[in-house]
Order: sequence, then structure tokens, then C-alpha cells
Amino acid sequence: MKFKFWGVRGSIPTPGPNTVEYGGNTTCIEVKNASNDLLILDAGTGIFALAQTLGQAPVVAHILITHTHWDHIQGLPFFLPLLSAQNQIHLYGGMDPVTQQGIERALTVQLQYSYFPIIESQLKAEVHYHTLRPGEALQIGSTKITPTVLNHPVLNLGYRLDDSDGGSLFFTGDYEAPCNLYSADDPDYVSNQQFIEARLREVHAAMRGVDALIVDSSYTDAEYVKKAGWGHGTYGAALQLARQVQAKKLFLTHHEPTRSDRELEAIFRDVLAKAGPTDFEIALAREGVEHVLR
Amino acid sequence: MTSLDEEQLLAFVDKMPAFRGSVQRLLVLAADLDADSREIVQVIETDPLMTVKILKVINSPFYGLAQKISSVQRAVVHLGINTIKNLALSVAAIGVLPSQNQAGFDTHAFLLHSLTSAALCKLLAERLNVSSMQSSDYFVAGLLHDFGKIVFAEFIPATYKQVLHAARAQEINLFQAELDLLGTDHSRAGKLLAQHWGLADELIEAIDHHHSEHRHTQLGDCLFAANQISKKLQFGFAGNPVVDELPPGTARVFGMNLEGLIADLGDLSPIKNEALAFID
Repeated sequence: MKFKFWGVRGSIPTPGPNTVEYGGNTTCIEVKNASNDLLILDAGTGIFALAQTLGQAPVVAHILITHTHWDHIQGLPFFLPLLSAQNQIHLYGGMDPVTQQGIERALTVQLQYSYFPIIESQLKAEVHYHTLRPGEALQIGSTKITPTVLNHPVLNLGYRLDDSDGGSLFFTGDYEAPCNLYSADDPDYVSNQQFIEARLREVHAAMRGVDALIVDSSYTDAEYVKKAGWGHGTYGAALQLARQVQAKKLFLTHHEPTRSDRELEAIFRDVLAKAGPTDFEIALAREGVEHVLR
Repeated sequence: MTSLDEEQLLAFVDKMPAFRGSVQRLLVLAADLDADSREIVQVIETDPLMTVKILKVINSPFYGLAQKISSVQRAVVHLGINTIKNLALSVAAIGVLPSQNQAGFDTHAFLLHSLTSAALCKLLAERLNVSSMQSSDYFVAGLLHDFGKIVFAEFIPATYKQVLHAARAQEINLFQAELDLLGTDHSRAGKLLAQHWGLADELIEAIDHHHSEHRHTQLGDCLFAANQISKKLQFGFAGNPVVDELPPGTARVFGMNLEGLIADLGDLSPIKNEALAFID
């Protein structure tokens, strides 16, 4: 199994001279498994460039959406294979708790007259929608995919991919570890802490021992003070997570849109210095770079 | 259920609004970006309709629970506060329960009985050394045990008015009057709804057996006692003029009868006052 980042930016695309090295597209990861299936994790703006590489041959694409915030679905209408009858597009995602609708809504909402020139009925490709249930594995070719609910302001599924070639990957989508709303002297503190610890045990079990752990690391610890509850993690939390689940390599992604390449590197040097020696490698996710697992 | 159309009942309850106070408070909190999440949780936890909505969704097979959740706080840990808040807002968008209904059922007094039963049920759980992780489930059982009554009052107001009158005139247990006139009672209706929504088995059983010769589970014992204490101390009123003595098994669990238990618990007025603070 191998994977390539096509978008590593959080929230909004950030083109310009200050982001050319790490990239300005929003979240999109391409995965090629041992059976040569095309899997795509999230459809941020990075998916447009990915689509350019697919050529003229019929495409079968499996697009797994972590959640439906704009920066993870905004590229979907621009995924050009949707427009050709020879293609098969499978779109996977969770059941939104509030609307009680599946991932089909992400396309329906975007492909409306006021917002886009093409309407849903004009898509020529065969589009299949799949509503996933957390904890229930799905097999695509040589890859077993297991979704897990991860805390974010909207339903967010983290995906674990285990390939028959032995390679494994976990992508969090957007994730902030749940924190206790109650202060230590509140009667609800203890039970809440127990709920959180029980939940974290399940989450960690879902990520355990992966070769590549790709984690939302939006903030520094100092920034997080003002951003707690926004649904994103910190560099420090990502490192701790990789340590806890014994991942082999940690990729930090969802770079803040305000960060220049230089700032990102300065922060990364600081993160490495603070981390000291680790049993796992640490890298900043960078647009256009491919990684081979096994 | 013999004389009520189950399908109609289920469809009706899906569109039932929540209590006025909670809807108003939630709308204010939801409009504030800096609102305290704990306050949002508290509003939901103290409204039976909002609580039911959260538990119904979280326990559906789409959210990957290893075991059923019967606590709003636990649902928040699983799905996040924003999703829980928006679920509650979808209930708030339906409207508010009218304070006057055709059944003559006092929703304010009903809510006070439900909330005090909830707090007492949790208090009794602590007395029996139930783990803190489970005690919020006990609160929910107290909050929802009489859910069937508010559903009857809204769904079949004219008939339920007669039921309430019969219980009062004959000084019989409300569930008895319900059985006589409806062919079913609020605990069975509550059980049916809870089952339909896929709530936890313990919660379904506690709602089902809170009047009849219940099986002795810790939750059942705590709920039975909490309900009687709330009625005995007249913390609100949910239409039942009769206070029952603790069944022998339940009395054994607490080591005393109802009167002894009330005396042993000391001053319970803070429970009523706290509940009133939420309602008013």
C-alpha cells in the first residue's frame, strides 16, 4: 500500500508564495492498495489535481469522506471523473446524527443551481453512496477499512486501512480528543473522566500499531488555549497519540491556513526538540509527496 | 397495547415538542458562541424530550457503540457537544409543549416530579455504591420513568382527562385507572417507546416495571423508591394520588421502609429547589 498527500491544509485553500513547499490545497489523500484500487480519503480541493492524473481510461474510485465540513468535500463537484459515463464512483461516509442523512447529501447540497452550474442528475458516472457504520469493517479489494467516530463539531469518522500486503494506515480526519467539561471539584467530573477514558481506550485500539498515523495537528499548545473545543488537535497531542498507539510513523496534517512554510518548519523544529527521542518517525504532511508502506 | 394505535403513537411522539423553559434556555445558549457547554448539557439533561432525542440517536446502530448509552454526558463524549446541541435544537425547532393541555395535565408539576425522581434516583444509587459512571443512567431512568403520561396527555387528551379524574375520584393508582380506561398504562407505553428507540435494556426494564411487581435490580429498586419519595414529599405531581410502600425486596435493599428511608435521607428540600430552579 502507498499513499500520497494531495491536500494538507485545514479550513480554506491557501495558494501563494508562502505555501508552495507544503501546499495550499485542503485535505485529500490518495491511497493505492495491493490490488491496485484507487482509494481517496477526503475530497478537499486537492482532489482536483489528483483527478488530472487519472487519464482517459475508465476510473473506479472509492472516496471515503471523514466529515462534511467544506474543506473536506469542496473538491467533490470538481472531481471530473463524475462527468463521464464510463466511470464508477463510490462515495462513503457516516450517517449525520442531526439530519439523519448519509453522505449523498454532501453532493446534493453542493450541486444546486445557485451554487454550481451542474446539477446532480447531470452527473454521468455511476455514483454509489455507502453509509458506513463505525466499527463495521468494509473490504475494498485488498484493503480492510474500519471507521471509528472521532470527536469533532460534526460527525467525523477516522479510517483505519489494513492492506493484504501488511501495510496499515489511520487517518483521523479532523479530531480533538474529548476534554472534561467539568472542573475537578464538580460532582460530574469523575464520571465524565471515566467516560472519556473509556472512549479513548476504544479510539486507541482502533489506531493501534499502524505504520502511518495521519493526525489533525492544527495548533501549538499556546494557540490551543484559545481554540479548545473547536475540534482540532495539537502537535503535542498528536505525538502523545502516536506514542500511546505505538504507531511507526506520524504525519502531522491539517496545517493552519495562516501558516507559511517557514513558520510551519520553525514550529516543527520546536516540536521535534520538545519530543526528544521517539520510537516512531515524525513528518509534516506535504502536498505531492508519496509514501510507501511495506 | 390494546386500544392505542402503536404506529400513530410513535409518529406522534417523534414530533412532540419539549418543555418551554428548556427550549427558551437552549435557544439563548445556542445563539452565544461562547456559551458554557456545561449549561447546554444541563438544559438537555433536565428535559425528557431532548434527552430522549439524544439517546434515540446515539443508540442507533450508526454510531458504533460497544454498549448502549443512557446518559447525555456520555453521549457528549461520544459525538461531541456541537452535534448534541444541534440535535437538541432540532427538538427545540418543533415548538414548546403548551402549559395548558386539554387533558388538564399540569406539565410544570409533571416536570418537577420527573426531575426530583431523577435526582433522588441518582442519590439512592450513590447510597447503594453504584459506580459514578452508572449513576447518570439512574438520573435518566428517573427523568423518563413517567414519560408515557405526558405522551398520553398530548396524544389522547380527552380520554386521559377521564383517566386522571378517575384516579383522583377513586383514589386509585394512576396506572390502574389507565388500565381500566385505556387497556394499557404509561409504563407499558414508555417501554414500547424506549424499545422502539433502541434504548438500553436496563432502562427499558426500569420504565416497564416501575409500578408492577418489578424484578429486583438495583436500578429498579432505586427508581421505585425515588418515585415514591417524590410523591410522598409532594415534589410536583404527575397525576398519581397513591404513594406505595416499598415492596419487601426493595425495603431489604435499603434496610428500611419508605418512611425510614425518607427520614434517613435528611433534608431533601434542596432537591426540589434545584429542580424548580431549572423549571422556572
